[in-house]
Amino acid sequence: MTAVPVIKARGLNLTFQTNDGPVHALKDIDLDIEKGDFVSFIGPSGCGKTTFLRCIAALETPTGGELRVNGMSAEEARKARSYGYVFQAAGLYPWRTIAGNVKLPLEIMGYPRSEMDARVEKVLSLVDLEGFGKKFPWQLSGGMQQRASIARALAFDAEILLMDEPFGALDEIVRDKLNEELLKLWSATNKTIGFVTHSIPEAVYLSTKIVVMSPRPGRIHEVIESTLPRGPRPLDIRDSEEFLQIAHRVREGLRAGHAYDE
Amino acid sequence: MKMVAPVLTVLAAIIVLWYGATVWLNSQWTYDQAARAGQEVSFSEVVVDTMNQKRPVLPAPHQVAVGLWEGVAGQKITSKRSLVYHGWITLSATLAGFALGTGLGILLAVGITHSRAMDLSVMPWAIASQTIPILAIAPMVIVVLASLGITGLLPKAIIAAYLSFFPVLVGMVKGLRAPDHMQLDLLKTYNASKGETFWKLRLPSSMPYLFASLKVGVAASLVGTIVAELPAGATRGLGARLLSGSYYGQTVQIWSALFAAAALAAILVVVVGIIEQITLKRMGMVR
Repeated sequence: MTAVPVIKARGLNLTFQTNDGPVHALKDIDLDIEKGDFVSFIGPSGCGKTTFLRCIAALETPTGGELRVNGMSAEEARKARSYGYVFQAAGLYPWRTIAGNVKLPLEIMGYPRSEMDARVEKVLSLVDLEGFGKKFPWQLSGGMQQRASIARALAFDAEILLMDEPFGALDEIVRDKLNEELLKLWSATNKTIGFVTHSIPEAVYLSTKIVVMSPRPGRIHEVIESTLPRGPRPLDIRDSEEFLQIAHRVREGLRAGHAYDE
Repeated sequence: MKMVAPVLTVLAAIIVLWYGATVWLNSQWTYDQAARAGQEVSFSEVVVDTMNQKRPVLPAPHQVAVGLWEGVAGQKITSKRSLVYHGWITLSATLAGFALGTGLGILLAVGITHSRAMDLSVMPWAIASQTIPILAIAPMVIVVLASLGITGLLPKAIIAAYLSFFPVLVGMVKGLRAPDHMQLDLLKTYNASKGETFWKLRLPSSMPYLFASLKVGVAASLVGTIVAELPAGATRGLGARLLSGSYYGQTVQIWSALFAAAALAAILVVVVGIIEQITLKRMGMVR
């Protein structure tokens, strides 16, 4: 592709100063993410996958190197509201209804009132939550709450969706279903998605590109381009030979990156 | 209904103990009177006498009940002997002080959560203010304000506010800091301003903390008002009623005023509790 990458990192470094001395969280990260890519970051804890995502979101500031998001600096991109961020926990406001929660970013970004309701309805149907707008978060299951938080990140027209282990706290059956829905949603909206996970099948099933990371210092070990077809994939693609081969490569990459030490 | 039996049992036990204490504490006076008159008294005569003295050391429960009833229902409510009249004087100062204290507590809490300088400078003083006995401060405030020509409700309200701002301050600081990193990060991804973070996240998060503090604050406010009514010859209010009772040895009057104050405190706390229920329910925070 000749287009400018949506996310471009060159020699990115981040060192945290802690009481036990400096911690090298990210070391010499080079990565391009093209528009419309679904990129998974996988690795053991401490490999910096979440930290890198937070750098893209300008929630952390790198101590060295270059990072461009949508052709801007990460901080400018944050101020331009270029991305939606989904956290590990849904983090819905208990005092707002589901619709009220989805409306939160719209209120802050100053969308006209007339437009808000239409947008809320649209994204709630995208995540399969029609008719739940008037419910309060505690009335929904964990999976539905997480879907509502995805709807909240989709409500405004950010082209990038950053997801930090969004399904990590859910059981496997719910996770499968949400993975399938996420792929449909991704192909329907043509967004660029950065997705942090520590599940190999999840990473392989979802991604067009899998970034295998290794710890201490956090760095990219290998970038695996998926040969699986783009767009919605059936769940049973996970039993195919091709899928298993990619999963094997990811596991080998993790092993070579010392993910299985200790 | 399951709740009623234990509550009544405890109440009955308290009344029995109280009657026992009445006999024990008041019998000395009966024996002294009898000795002075050169008479012998039987135990049953002692018991009867201790229940019906005019100025007992400890009035019997029924004497307090009669005193309360006469104070509340037996007088015109404008009478100086009416507990409703005195209760209203105390209540109005309590509510004024509560409003003042709550407002001050919330304002300081907002300042403390938004400014590190205020956090470091205001909090120690707020804590220090509560270590000074209110009984020492109250007369000075009353006297100073009286010399400026300010009397009546305001000085009492200021002392009530002095006691009630603190729980509100502590509760609100905790409440405004309740949102975790994730929730603050989320608003950061929306590039929300400090004001939006306050109105949309911090303030709603602090509501349960605020109401817990308000319950403590309203009771403290009542205590402050009553203490403020004790010095400087106040003639109106439950505190004044307590004081004049002790001047003239009218123990029944003291105990009646005491119970009136306790009832008032209970009502205030319950009212705050009801407002809490309604507010949190409307916010969807009560299941």
